[in-house]
Amino acid sequence: MTNFIVDGRVLTAKAGENLLQACLGAGLDLPYFCWHPALGSVGACRQCAVRQYDGVEDTTGRLVMACMTPIAEGARFSITDPATAAFRAGIIEWLMVNHPHDCPVCEEGGECHLQDMTVMTGHAYRRYRFTKRTHRNQDLGPFIKHEMNRCIACYRCVRFYRDYAGGRDLDVFGSHDHVYFGRHDDGTLESEFSGNLVEVCPTGVFTDKPFSAHYARKWDMRGAPSICAHCGVGCNTIANERAGQLRRVVNRYSNAVNGHFLCDRGRFGYGFVNASERVRVATVRGTDGERVEVEREAAVARFAEMLRGAAMVVGIGSPRASLESNFALRTLVGAAHFYPGVGAREAALLRLVADSLASGAVHVASLREAEHADAVLLLGSDLPNAAPRAALAVRQTVRAAGAAMAASARIPAWHDLAVRNFAGETRSPLFIATPAATRLDDIAQGPLRAAPVDIARLGFAVAARIDPTAPAVADLAPELDALAAAIAQALLAAERPLVVSGVEAGEESVIRAAVNVAVALRGQGRNVGLMLNVPECNSLGLALMAEADDRSLETALAARAALVITLETDIGRCVPGARLDAALAGARLVVLDHSEGATTRRAELVLPAASFAEASGTLVNAEGRAQRFYPPIVTAGEGREAWRWLAAAGRAAGRTNFSGWDTEDNVLAEIARTVPRFAAVPDVAPPEGFRIKGLRIASEPHRFSGRTAMDAAHDIREPKPPVSADSPFSATMEGYQGKPPPALLPLLRAPGWNSNQSLHRFQAEIEGPLTGGDPGVRLLEVRDGAAPDWHTAIPEAFAPREDMWHAVMLPRVFGDEEQSARAAPIRARMTPAAIALNAADAARLGAAAGRVIACEIDGEIVLLPLEIRAELPRGVAGVSGLAAMAYALPSWIRIAAASEVAL
Amino acid sequence: MSTVEQNLTDLPLDAALREAIVAVTRECETPRAAGIDALKLVQKRFGFVSDRHLAELAELLGMTPAELDGVATFYNLIFRRPVGRHVILLCDSVACWMMGGTAARLQLRERLGIEPGQTTADGLFTLLPIVCLGCCDHAPAMMIDDDLHGDLDAARLDAILGHHGWRR
Amino acid sequence: MTDRPLTRYIQPGHEPLDIDGYERAGGYRAMRQAIAMGPEAIIEAVGRAKLRGRGGAGFPTGRKWEGVPKSGAAPQRRYLIVNADEMEPGSFKDRLLLEAAPHLMIEGVIIGAFAAQAEIAYIFVRGEYVLAIRRLVRAVAEAAAHGYLGNDILGSGFSLTIHVHGSGGRYICGEASALFSALEGHRAVPRSRPPRSTTSGLWGRPSLVNNVETLCCVPSIVERGADWFLGLSRSATEGGTKLYGVSGRVKRPGLWELPVGTPLIEILEEHAGGMREGYEWRAAMPGGASTAFIMPENFDVAMDFDSVGKAGSWLGTGNIMVLDQKRCPVGMLHNIEQFFARESCGWCTPCRDGLPWVERILAAIEAGEGEPADLDLLAHHTELLGPGGTFCDLAPGAMAPLRSGLKFFRAEFEQHISERCCPWHDTAEGWA
Ligand SMILES: Cc1cc2nc3c(=O)[nH]c(=O)nc-3n(C[C@H](O)[C@H](O)[C@H](O)COP(=O)(O)O)c2cc1C
Ligand code: SF4
Ligand code: FES
Repeated sequence: MTNFIVDGRVLTAKAGENLLQACLGAGLDLPYFCWHPALGSVGACRQCAVRQYDGVEDTTGRLVMACMTPIAEGARFSITDPATAAFRAGIIEWLMVNHPHDCPVCEEGGECHLQDMTVMTGHAYRRYRFTKRTHRNQDLGPFIKHEMNRCIACYRCVRFYRDYAGGRDLDVFGSHDHVYFGRHDDGTLESEFSGNLVEVCPTGVFTDKPFSAHYARKWDMRGAPSICAHCGVGCNTIANERAGQLRRVVNRYSNAVNGHFLCDRGRFGYGFVNASERVRVATVRGTDGERVEVEREAAVARFAEMLRGAAMVVGIGSPRASLESNFALRTLVGAAHFYPGVGAREAALLRLVADSLASGAVHVASLREAEHADAVLLLGSDLPNAAPRAALAVRQTVRAAGAAMAASARIPAWHDLAVRNFAGETRSPLFIATPAATRLDDIAQGPLRAAPVDIARLGFAVAARIDPTAPAVADLAPELDALAAAIAQALLAAERPLVVSGVEAGEESVIRAAVNVAVALRGQGRNVGLMLNVPECNSLGLALMAEADDRSLETALAARAALVITLETDIGRCVPGARLDAALAGARLVVLDHSEGATTRRAELVLPAASFAEASGTLVNAEGRAQRFYPPIVTAGEGREAWRWLAAAGRAAGRTNFSGWDTEDNVLAEIARTVPRFAAVPDVAPPEGFRIKGLRIASEPHRFSGRTAMDAAHDIREPKPPVSADSPFSATMEGYQGKPPPALLPLLRAPGWNSNQSLHRFQAEIEGPLTGGDPGVRLLEVRDGAAPDWHTAIPEAFAPREDMWHAVMLPRVFGDEEQSARAAPIRARMTPAAIALNAADAARLGAAAGRVIACEIDGEIVLLPLEIRAELPRGVAGVSGLAAMAYALPSWIRIAAASEVAL
Repeated sequence: MSTVEQNLTDLPLDAALREAIVAVTRECETPRAAGIDALKLVQKRFGFVSDRHLAELAELLGMTPAELDGVATFYNLIFRRPVGRHVILLCDSVACWMMGGTAARLQLRERLGIEPGQTTADGLFTLLPIVCLGCCDHAPAMMIDDDLHGDLDAARLDAILGHHGWRR
Repeated sequence: MTDRPLTRYIQPGHEPLDIDGYERAGGYRAMRQAIAMGPEAIIEAVGRAKLRGRGGAGFPTGRKWEGVPKSGAAPQRRYLIVNADEMEPGSFKDRLLLEAAPHLMIEGVIIGAFAAQAEIAYIFVRGEYVLAIRRLVRAVAEAAAHGYLGNDILGSGFSLTIHVHGSGGRYICGEASALFSALEGHRAVPRSRPPRSTTSGLWGRPSLVNNVETLCCVPSIVERGADWFLGLSRSATEGGTKLYGVSGRVKRPGLWELPVGTPLIEILEEHAGGMREGYEWRAAMPGGASTAFIMPENFDVAMDFDSVGKAGSWLGTGNIMVLDQKRCPVGMLHNIEQFFARESCGWCTPCRDGLPWVERILAAIEAGEGEPADLDLLAHHTELLGPGGTFCDLAPGAMAPLRSGLKFFRAEFEQHISERCCPWHDTAEGWA
């Protein structure tokens, strides 16, 4: 802690903080633009100027930029000094020289950092009387709108996009007052993190295009703390509602998980909530095969009747449904009849992941911890496509070595460009072994391309190199052996090594190898973190809830139950139609889901389960962190949390175990009582009865004007405000408007800070946890003496076959995840399904790129266009975009160049 | 600009030029550091750097077109648009301003019918402003292509233009 | 001859000496001496010679060289960079040295690199200096062929490679840290100090940047000693000779090597021959477009950094521009600010957005469209664009002439505004 003085006030700074951070941390209003907490300082905008005095005698002082100023004990500064304040006002005036006066039509308006800073500095009158420079805007694709005239050239966009996220198609062009931030030519921004530009840009240059199509001012939307539903990372988000529609998703800072950034799948994947294929009312299939709407009571009664009449009931839970709903289904059908809604292969992988993480043998790394690793081994996982936000964290790790070098030259960590310049090409080791290229390869040390089993063998060999008691790999190819030695050495030399793999690796042996490496490192006393990615937002929760046996979708269907209940899982998407028909023949089917799909079309009874935007619930991410989401949409409609339907049906069917299932708190208490691993879930967020000063937390900002305005064209009477059931939130602007507990943060703003930059008002320290700690509860902690036995099943080396190809799944960031694939902007970014071979293999097949290939996968014939991917190992085929066949991969398949048909 | 030249910039960089560029990158500590030299090599051949050539060059240097264009558009001796056969860099800095630089500009406008930034209709000359050429003791000054000309006056300017193919 | 260490090898109107001619004339002797002396003695001599940087900032060269980490300390690559970007309007001294004495340049580089124990040197030449680049490249090849470059130079164990880089063109490239960005193949945006370039310069490695003229002084310091060099100067605080130049409507515009501290009036009258018939001087800029006006009553100022500084301006490049009574000071300032606005790199707000505003105000005033409040607005910019406010020294440099112009030519400014036209308008469009 360093003491320093600002305008006579003694403040304290953390070691290594710069003056801007310390001032903001102390609650002072000091404007800035180019600084960003995650991107550090570059001193470009000159907005954060303060006066620094050298010693007590100095009364003149000198102008310094707070973001570029380290703090020495006893240092004296002034923010309020008139000349300095005038300088800051001058900066705004200059920025405004070219800035258009389009706030009324600008989508940033009302949450604009530039507006906030303009008011803060007091610049109000325009003195510039000449023409402004104008630019041509670019079409940047389905996610991002571009309005360059609003640019204030803070350089944050390129620093995020290029330096932080590794994107290479956004840059700065030109010079002097004609600098232009965009692409070299019109076209879709390539990076899967482009959406963050919306939040990183302090003005309205980059705005959210889908949001634009149903725009509302920040102050006119209800917000709710939410959890991203589109992968296993569990990013914290704020979901915004107006007039019953989900309008947008923005980042909600969590120090442990997503920090400041989301991926584009998470940000732009919400469209299914507003889509026409939503299931909004209960329907029953009549004798004519048509589905007819039924009242809630009738639906519950029908459900109860079906339950009572069935000899055997099977419940199929969901990796994308909340713990509460899964638990309700399990309670309804009994643990013995509860199955996970995932294919056998994925189920086995998930079980392995769950057991490994829950074993307590190694520390499960949070994303923030992962980001600070200084040596990484990524085994088998195409993380950038499977869990982009996690890959973004891994991308940061390679900077550790350079940062350490810079620190030794006394270059502070926040001095971003100086650190980068000094570090040069120095990188901490990142080893990647995957079948196909990944978007982390650019920073990896000679990425290895190999078949999954060979990747596993490499991993096992690394573990054996680290700890000789780990099982050794027989007959390892010399180059793999050398690589294993190098990796082992780098991991051992690191202070914070990290091992990453995930379900997307597709092979249990790969995950086992990763676990062995982590366990070996821990055994050597290393501070190792393990990160095992899972595909869905509650995959791990579901896996942790299940008993340890070999349940899956296949075993569920094989049970031949009289009544099948599916919870938020479109089994028709995962099982080929004919097979599903056979399995369900003679069974009655109840489907609870939020959207129409292959499964709802077969169901006798369809119940509208609320989407994440209309429900609250608890999810467990890949870190084993249970987190709660809340609904921004408070509907009067039928859609409700699935567990409520299930409990109601259970009660109606006379099940006594649903007494007391009337509030979420009660359900959570029941979960905690029943499943010891979930004992802590009631603590994930404050209880529904939580009040501050007797008030619920307002979910709309003070200025909310929607209630009166929304219907004014039809009816001037103000509609009755909706009431949120069992919730700590009020559904309106009435209620507590101050700083809520971190898990209950529905919107970010503070006096003078309407933009998301108000974050520092909610943090205990800059770049630290939110005041009150990070939301969520970690369920899986490392335990001493909990080392499991080594995994010993080391696979044989990969041997290409003459007549068959080893097909592996190549994940796609856009399109593979079911819910986001319903969103139009995500669909616009989807690449079509394809099969990829390396050039030699393609030649062997006698097929050129684009040629249609007939693939026989698990007995089904699928036609796919051929892609040539030079890096694929011989004998390995990469299949992408085939969600329906994912269950069958990886496996050996037969392929042949189909006759000249065009797809 | 004649169609022949225009079409040239649509053709891929030829092997010899690519080889010369690769040779430059080998001289440099990083391929990126060869960027300006490489851009100049292309420009020397084609007069300017077309989008197509920029993209090809970027690939040779292991850069994206955006990255290389960010560099190319920063510097003022790299031309990203077609120029005439001869590029006139007319000093518009202060010493020349004092010594008749404006008169030189006006005379060029009168003779060639172009303002700074423009190319003559016949594609013979492009006129660009340039900062002080370090020829202040012989102001006003200009460069045509690689040659520096100082002590400009009305007659000398006409003579230089004539030497480069201008006809009254 | 020996009192002209910078131009002693130059014969006006002739091709520069090739390496043999240069050696016959005494060249590369200093290099051998330097290698015998060792780095520390060289640095010590340069320091005692009170050589100050000739790139414009006037930083004591010895002090800068001492900042390079001792070679044992961190065995990493270091660089010596010659700043031959010379784009400061009104300056034309480095071009002479590069074109007419390339081997002197190279000898200076070898000695400087040896002193810094830098294995790689770059000569960063502005792209328009085509002739200079051609001659430098040839001279480098000759020096390499003679074993003065390459591995183990003259058996000293010291190796050096010189690269000649022709710039893509931008004034900001001359700013030492922006020059690193340019050499690395990036946009030439400056870097903030600390860290100093002797800690983290080109590619993050220790780097020394010196101006052409600075390095060209070094061989003679090594050869004849610091005391001799100090003795050349007419100034107590600074040693050596300097290339002073004069442009504007003087009788004999040109460049002369004279003792540091030669009075301005002496340069103007004795060397430049005074004003042409019909012209009188109104003011002078002593060292390029980023130096403040000096008024005739101060023309007796000694041309060294300290003295010119005390006279309210700065020596800069020592290349003087004379403003005569027929040229408009507002027009001149407009031309200058147009230059700076155009040459801003676009990184920091004050420079990027402030300078174009200044330029437009001046254009308006010059065009007779000025408003009384404009003068306050200009003054406001000169205050806010001062040192510390901007990221590098480009914008503060741009404000130096304007600040002094507002002070010395207040009446002329007001005349423009009240008469709604430029009183000298017509003359700027004619041939001089
Ligand atoms: C905008 C700007 C442009 C500059 N241009 C040059 C230049 O063209 N040549 C030069 O030698 N120094 C130039 N300098 C000064 C250099 O930054 C640096 O101080 C100098 O090269 C150091 O060499 P010296 O100590 O030998 O003078 C410039 C400085 C600034 C701020
Ligand atoms: S003052 Fe700022 S914008 Fe101007 S050249 Fe320097 S860094 Fe670039
Ligand atoms: S925030 Fe400090 S200079 Fe931009």
